[in-house]
Amino acid sequence: MIRRALSLLCLLLCLAGCQRETQVEKANRDKILIVGNSTDPKSLDPHLVTGVIESNIIRALLEGLVADDPKTDNAYPPGAATSWEHNPEFTEWTFHLRHDGQWSDGTPLTAHDFVFAYHRLLHPDLAGPYAEMLYFLKNAEAFNRGEITDFDQVGAKAIDDHTLHISLKEPVPFLPDITRHYTWFPIPRHVVLRFSKNGNTISDRFTPWSDAGNLVGNGPFILKEWRFNDKIETAKNPRYWNAANVKLNGVRFVPVENFYTETRGFLAGQLHATYQLPPPLVDKLKAEHPEFVRQEPYIATDFIRINTTRPVLDQPKVRMALSKAIDRKLLCDHILQGNTPCGTITPDMGDYQPDHIVSYDPQGAKDLLAEAGFPDGKGFPRFKILMSSSGSRGTVEALQAMWKQTLGVMIDVQPMDWGSYISSQQKLDFDISLAAWTGDYLDPSTFLLMWTKDNGNNNTGWHSEEYENLLAEAAHQSNPAQRLALFKQAERLFMEAQPVLPISFRGRNYLLRPEVKNWHPLLLDNHPWGALSLEP
Amino acid sequence: MLKVILSRLFQSILVMFVLYTITFFLVKALPGNPLQGDKAMPPHIMAKREAYYGFDQSPLEQYTRQLSKFLQGDPGFSFRLEGRPVAEIIGQAFPVSLQLGVIAMTIAVSIGIPAGCIAAARKNGLLDTLSMSIAMIGICLPSFVTGPILAEWLGRALKLAPAYGWDPAKPATWFLPALTLGLAYAAYLSRLTRAGMLETLSQDFVRTARAKGVPGWRILVRHCLRGGLIPAVAYIGPAFAGIVSGSLVIESVFQIPGLGRHFIKSIETRDTPVILGVTMLYGALVITANFLTDLAGIWLNPRLRKAA
Amino acid sequence: MNSDEKGSSLWLDAWLRLRRNRAAMVGLFLLILIGSSCILLPALTDFLKDPNKTDLVHRNLKPGAEHWFGTDHLGRDLFSRVIFGGRISIAVGLITTFVSVTIGIVWGAIAGYVGGRTDAFLMRVVDILYALPFLVVIILLGKILEPLTDQLTESTVHLVAGENADTKQLVSTRNWVEPLTTLVPVFIAIGALSWLTVSRIVRAQVQSVASLDFVEAARSLGLGHFRILFRHILPNTLGPIIVYTTLTIPGVMMFEATLSFLGLGVKAPNSSWGVLIQEGANFMLTNPLQLLFPALFFSLTLFSLNFLGDGLRDATDPKAAKD
Repeated sequence: MIRRALSLLCLLLCLAGCQRETQVEKANRDKILIVGNSTDPKSLDPHLVTGVIESNIIRALLEGLVADDPKTDNAYPPGAATSWEHNPEFTEWTFHLRHDGQWSDGTPLTAHDFVFAYHRLLHPDLAGPYAEMLYFLKNAEAFNRGEITDFDQVGAKAIDDHTLHISLKEPVPFLPDITRHYTWFPIPRHVVLRFSKNGNTISDRFTPWSDAGNLVGNGPFILKEWRFNDKIETAKNPRYWNAANVKLNGVRFVPVENFYTETRGFLAGQLHATYQLPPPLVDKLKAEHPEFVRQEPYIATDFIRINTTRPVLDQPKVRMALSKAIDRKLLCDHILQGNTPCGTITPDMGDYQPDHIVSYDPQGAKDLLAEAGFPDGKGFPRFKILMSSSGSRGTVEALQAMWKQTLGVMIDVQPMDWGSYISSQQKLDFDISLAAWTGDYLDPSTFLLMWTKDNGNNNTGWHSEEYENLLAEAAHQSNPAQRLALFKQAERLFMEAQPVLPISFRGRNYLLRPEVKNWHPLLLDNHPWGALSLEP
Repeated sequence: MLKVILSRLFQSILVMFVLYTITFFLVKALPGNPLQGDKAMPPHIMAKREAYYGFDQSPLEQYTRQLSKFLQGDPGFSFRLEGRPVAEIIGQAFPVSLQLGVIAMTIAVSIGIPAGCIAAARKNGLLDTLSMSIAMIGICLPSFVTGPILAEWLGRALKLAPAYGWDPAKPATWFLPALTLGLAYAAYLSRLTRAGMLETLSQDFVRTARAKGVPGWRILVRHCLRGGLIPAVAYIGPAFAGIVSGSLVIESVFQIPGLGRHFIKSIETRDTPVILGVTMLYGALVITANFLTDLAGIWLNPRLRKAA
Repeated sequence: MNSDEKGSSLWLDAWLRLRRNRAAMVGLFLLILIGSSCILLPALTDFLKDPNKTDLVHRNLKPGAEHWFGTDHLGRDLFSRVIFGGRISIAVGLITTFVSVTIGIVWGAIAGYVGGRTDAFLMRVVDILYALPFLVVIILLGKILEPLTDQLTESTVHLVAGENADTKQLVSTRNWVEPLTTLVPVFIAIGALSWLTVSRIVRAQVQSVASLDFVEAARSLGLGHFRILFRHILPNTLGPIIVYTTLTIPGVMMFEATLSFLGLGVKAPNSSWGVLIQEGANFMLTNPLQLLFPALFFSLTLFSLNFLGDGLRDATDPKAAKD
């Protein structure tokens, strides 16, 4: 009896498991790309979100003025706009929209949709968390703060249905880059309004307009289904202007939070691309499956924040000593595989290559600490290094050991759950903290603007008038080369003060199946979904 | 009997109320702001958002407002999945957890209890040592270890079942997660059953029966099973409530869209409406499970039955 | 039955019976071996390598003469880490289990024995505690206890080292005091959260035993409730309690690791078996030994405890004495 039941069970399992083709094989036939996307997006309304996870999906559903190029970060293929021009100072821009542009429900896409989108995101009542991304526009900040109420004074105007005029408060030579961020995307005015409270409220916060079934987009794909923690399914948008060249029938985003699970799923043929390969697995997979492993630079930096308002840590010498005691190469070789050691905060991007100010120098570190009054770490207070409970314990323990072995300084580790970690950082209720920052666009300002006095992302207590003057000067500079030179100068000043200790430029380690074509390394990692194809 | 049920119902309402209140204020006391993402926003935007959610009111006002909504059957909207109804989130995840939990518990009971009985009947014999050693392995190895091992071995190497993912319509995908979860509980159940059975087997009436020449297996099934199951049943109740309201480790190891991941995420992000929604659901399950356990206890113990 | 007369020989009898149980004796021996090496070896300086000394270049070494268990992902000696970790895990396992089982027994016994409204009240409290989101409670406890723990550490170090201790003495005292004082919040957190199932099991057992004939007899003899409960009823429920206790210990040890990742409990770079296993699980595919060694010690300890527990149950079974 038992034996019969067992053999039946085995048979059933084999039937169920053995012969069935893998998800990837089925998806290859259906031309559906399955990508790991780490976690669920907070929302698909581009005006309510701030993250990279959301960006990956929104870029499939909506398209900005300028599109992403699959091969390089530095090309600006036309998106919703076919051409654009600007004045020599880079402050006045005119975008010419394509005449055949339409929403996925057939409604024509016009410049008014862009103006509507900027109006909505900047509307004080909407309280969009990332309205700051539009502050490049003239008067945008004043409107967002409620200081002016007439949106006509803000620098975004529809000259006619197909001409969008942008006036900026200062020169922004990299504006085409910025417009690729979802905060600059159009939203379907007719749909957003239809779902709002009285049918005409622009600032209504939660309406179901971005739900599956309601969301109308202008991107290569349309939203089909969102099941929490399970998948977000998109299908090809036949009304996309370039639909003829879109080879995929859909992209499925899978929120796999556990990257070990994701890797296993990939190897079992369930995913075309993973979000992240856990560092301990990098070497193993490079040896066993070199055809899958991708290691590419990315614009994100791992660093350590120092609370410069704490006694002792307020001394630049102490901070520099802590920084020089970190053997970044050793960390990147053995723990943060795929990252590159760095001595500054901004990764190289295009023409901007900042100097690396700090590097591993144990003797120099010791001397500096002694100069600060703590020879061999004697009398140095017991500080704590804050980390989030999901952070890399190995990194922190290695840092702890480096400080102890080089400087004789004992730093305790203080792990916290994510919410408490964020809260402690923002309240400056910490000594030292392990942190990271991901750039939003390819310009050093995305890494440098946050270290000003009242910026909510500074969280170090450090500020400098000279630094802010340099940034302001750069902001008014319309010559791109001089502008970058000023940034470089500012970055040097910031790094010499070391309110943050840079550790490494993050690399993207992930797995990609070879049948995914036209997927190239990109710094911002914004692979245009519409340009990809599956060729098994 | 009716009186017992009615009085229990009244107590349950009280328990739910106290649970809601304590949880609400505990979550309010947590450091951190649910509206705060990993990027800071300017204070004027934050202030608007806080006003929108009524965070500018006193905690007591927020409590009464939310409670009265909750009593009307509206658990509100999530902060983390911004604007999504809590009912929709739980409505998607709970059936998954329930299905996984029921299958896993079935595996646990159908392996654990017979194993415990056999071990008790063959006390200190080979079968006993063997089955209890296996059970101890199940107890010593946490599911974040057994899960990946089973997935790599049965799933990826032997291709017996999918090593990843969950599909309510494809029973093959249930196999590994339910097995991992079920085996852990089976181990506990077998140990408890064995202990309970041994306790009963040494009671006087068993000796009498044995002296009268009643066969061993018959004593076991007819006379001891009831009393012997008491500890196991006391354990199953809350364990069942826990297992069907989601288990983070299994969900994360096998990529299952269950309640456990939502729950942990909601706590990490201070997503009060979701925390309260899941807690109340779990509370209701615990109350029901413990009530059923108590009823089962009465049924298993004839003398209590008389008293009731 | 005259309980006084029995009481004098009960424990001796139990010990004699325990000694006849081979599995239990092997368990006891292994427990003493592991326990004493975890407690004593660290005291023998120079014998063990520094468990916290990293050497990234020599990470993930295979076991050898230099490093008996090899090195971990940061190049630390795994043998030392397992031994030092054992100290913490054993302390956590024993103390918190003792705390939680004691609370559970008292709570469940009273509920089961007294019954009625008291029972209803006590059990509804258990229901509420079951359903409370434990992660929230832990985060809050951590927030409250963290500064207190720091103070406790400071004052204990100064108390132990004496008033006139120099820096070096303070540091060395601190090295062994701190891992213990940082555990106090763990004792509190786990002790407060993990007694619920014990109490329900005890209550069910007490209810079932309380209705048996000999309890009626004791009652009719006019014995006090306290005496009946703790002298006559509880010993008859000991089996499942001992078993559940041995089942609680592994859970508690793993729970400690979870707490450690949330900032309560053992502080990096110190470690415990639970933390070693959780970290080792990340290297399961690349370096299984890092999981295997701590898991082996963990399991051996629990197997031993378990067989000892079974032996104890048999040995203390009041009815077995009649055989």
